[in-house]
Amino acid sequence: MKTSSLPLISVQNLTVEFGTREGPVTAVRDVSFDLARGETLGIVGESGSGKSVTSFALMGILDANGQVAQGEMTYSGIDLRRASPRQMRDIRGREISMIFQNPRSALNPIRKVGLQIEDILREHAVAVGGHARRQAVELLDRVRIRDPEKRYHAYPHELSGGMCQRVVIALALACKPRVLIADEPTTGLDVTTQKTIMDLIRDLATEQGLSTILITHDLGLAANYCGRIVVMKRGEVVEAAPVDVLFGAPRHPYTRALIEATPRRSGTVRALLPPDDFRHGQPDPKPRCRALSAPLLTVEGLTKEFGAEGSGFGWLPWRKGVETDKAFRAVDDLSFELHAGESLGLVGESGCGKSTTSMMIMRLLDPTQGSVRLDGEEISAIPSSKFARHPARAKLQFVFQDPTDSLNPRFTAARCISDPILRLGKLEGGKAVKARVEELADLVNLPLELLSRFPHQLSGGQKARVGIARAVALNPSLLILDEPTAALDVSVQAVVLNLLADLRAQLGMSYLFVSHDLNVVRLLCERVVVMRAGIIVEEGATDQVMTTPKTAYTRELLASSPEPPPTLGALEAAE
Amino acid sequence: MADVTAFKAGVKPRNHIVYILTENPVSIVAIAGFAVIVFAAIFGPLVAPYDPLATNVAISLHPPSWDHWFGTDQLGRDVFSRVLVAARLDLMISVSAVALSFVIGATIGSAAGYFGGWTDRITGRVVDTIMAFPLFVLAMGIVAALGNTVENIIYATAIINVPFYARVARAEAAIRRTAGFVQAAKLSGNSDLRILATQVFPNALPPMAVQASLNMGWAILNAAGLSFIGLGVRPPTPEWGIMVAEGANFIISGEWWLAIFPGLALMLTVFTFNLLGDALRDIVDPRQRT
Repeated sequence: MKTSSLPLISVQNLTVEFGTREGPVTAVRDVSFDLARGETLGIVGESGSGKSVTSFALMGILDANGQVAQGEMTYSGIDLRRASPRQMRDIRGREISMIFQNPRSALNPIRKVGLQIEDILREHAVAVGGHARRQAVELLDRVRIRDPEKRYHAYPHELSGGMCQRVVIALALACKPRVLIADEPTTGLDVTTQKTIMDLIRDLATEQGLSTILITHDLGLAANYCGRIVVMKRGEVVEAAPVDVLFGAPRHPYTRALIEATPRRSGTVRALLPPDDFRHGQPDPKPRCRALSAPLLTVEGLTKEFGAEGSGFGWLPWRKGVETDKAFRAVDDLSFELHAGESLGLVGESGCGKSTTSMMIMRLLDPTQGSVRLDGEEISAIPSSKFARHPARAKLQFVFQDPTDSLNPRFTAARCISDPILRLGKLEGGKAVKARVEELADLVNLPLELLSRFPHQLSGGQKARVGIARAVALNPSLLILDEPTAALDVSVQAVVLNLLADLRAQLGMSYLFVSHDLNVVRLLCERVVVMRAGIIVEEGATDQVMTTPKTAYTRELLASSPEPPPTLGALEAAE
Repeated sequence: MADVTAFKAGVKPRNHIVYILTENPVSIVAIAGFAVIVFAAIFGPLVAPYDPLATNVAISLHPPSWDHWFGTDQLGRDVFSRVLVAARLDLMISVSAVALSFVIGATIGSAAGYFGGWTDRITGRVVDTIMAFPLFVLAMGIVAALGNTVENIIYATAIINVPFYARVARAEAAIRRTAGFVQAAKLSGNSDLRILATQVFPNALPPMAVQASLNMGWAILNAAGLSFIGLGVRPPTPEWGIMVAEGANFIISGEWWLAIFPGLALMLTVFTFNLLGDALRDIVDPRQRT
């Protein structure tokens, strides 16, 4: 960090309000921070903390109903709050540029990526004609895109998410800005991609002497790439400190809770809870082990191919011999076992076939080949469309990744939970069903008065609880959890993971935990299976896979997930 | 923008409707107009000052006056009474036609969207075939073939409207087919038909209701159009289309009120239903909930 008398960006007492029909709502209150030259500043907070709004205000791109109510923002002496739209247009892109969360939506889908970079260069009159083209290729090369001449002609849909984000970075850096604001640049990308993108941003920042503001919900990520971190909560800055100070001696209880809730390579589920929770520091709930002799779930040679069905017109005489698209093997000859009371983690990056596998076991998708046996009974032969009324249906349940999407917007929470009971439960009469729903709500710590609410009136964590209550309503023997916490804030994730650990101890279910994050899977599973491109690359006890991984891929996966520095408490405990 | 949404409190439905109405006063006009039309349809025959069928050649073709607000026609019938009484028949035809096409279109559309595959292909082609005809000519053909009755006008209007509902329903069902809550319903042991009826269809209903309201004006116009060219409702039954058709003959000779007033009634009704559709869309569209 270079020390300079004058900060490059200075934000003083910024307050941003949004006009809504209930009157003005303050999204950001009294926020102050400075960004020095060459510094990387992290702004960390959970959803609703106002971290994005702060950066939008800085860039002058607030929504029409938002306005800066108070405070000063300056960029190397220029008053950003009072700058004319024309001045702001010049500053944006040329002086301060921004990278957004979803790279694909930031690119024009019907224009070649190379041309999009050229557009920016021309717009800011940095280069013209053939020169612009050469510079565009150079920029693609600079963001480490292989074969930039060829990629120049690619459309966004022909590139992977990580590649698109590189193009977006190239766009952002095209006019050699001095400040880069990266708003959740790697959310939605795989951990290995996340690492390469973040390393790229860091390297480019050093090369070009950029100052960077990294906005993220991930404290671990910020700790690894930033010098100083500003922690925000509900629109206010709760703490701002250099990384080692922040982790060594967090002053604010919220910071401490956030640090505790960030999953690490070691530590217990209980330790994720905030320090003032009575369960913090207690030993983890032990899963109720049942007879380990017969496997609960046996998967053998499971294979799924997509795209082999053809158009359905193959029987026509003139279609004979016309080759259909080659089938894509999403899951290739997969075999594993899961015992009663045991929890197995299924880990891999997007596209590795983990979701397809869980859908096939769940009997929502028909496998191309292979067998799935539950309690010794072959269930893969029953077509998925007929499985709804099968007796095994109740034994296999699922917790969805997106708690919002998995609840019918027109059903109340109680109606959502009661759905499986009404269809498959053996309860008679409305009273018995109501009693059971209340019992389930109690089990997942959902206040009973929330049962009459609709999904849009519930928070993310509450919706996740409704989803879990629905999944355990029929006392299933196997619960598949598909990234159950991926859409949640870390503090809510901590609560949900603890709930899942408690439920397993109470109800004695087996979990098949599908996730991309080994640090989360580790907390609940004794055994993990690492998948890549439809096949198993490594399988073993969680501790062993985490500490002594056998394959290069697992090692890469482990190295990519950002590990926050140890807290003072953890250091003391180690001594 | 996720940061902003967290600040929004849950808005109660009633507040939402009040908000939409105050934001867009035109919707109040639409609702008021709708009330007038419904009133005329229900109480028209009771409040009409004259018998709409009573002829009195002595006062034929009188221009509008205090006794006869809209004047009288060639047989001396009171135009105002006829316009008022006709509201019921026109509304009846269009409401039944829209209801019929709504039910048929929603059923085949949501089935096509939900099941996909061959169901979708076959219904899709059938719908495309209907759309391939000039719709009004198709309606004319249907009425001409089936016979000149009010029921056949309803059937014809319904058939030519089915594709619009089928398409909206198909699109709405198709995007929800893979939604998490539909998968969750399968895991809860719901059969496909039950999922379609209890999970997919209710969520597709709001945009379909908007479509129905927008379609209503068109259905009235269609029914009137059929009568205008002599298919469907027969004289002397009061009906806007037929009144415009009969009155058109007198415009050249200067008796404009015969055609203008039923035409105005028709226009205002269609206009009201279109405005109502817009208001309804504002109310049910979640994107309007800012």
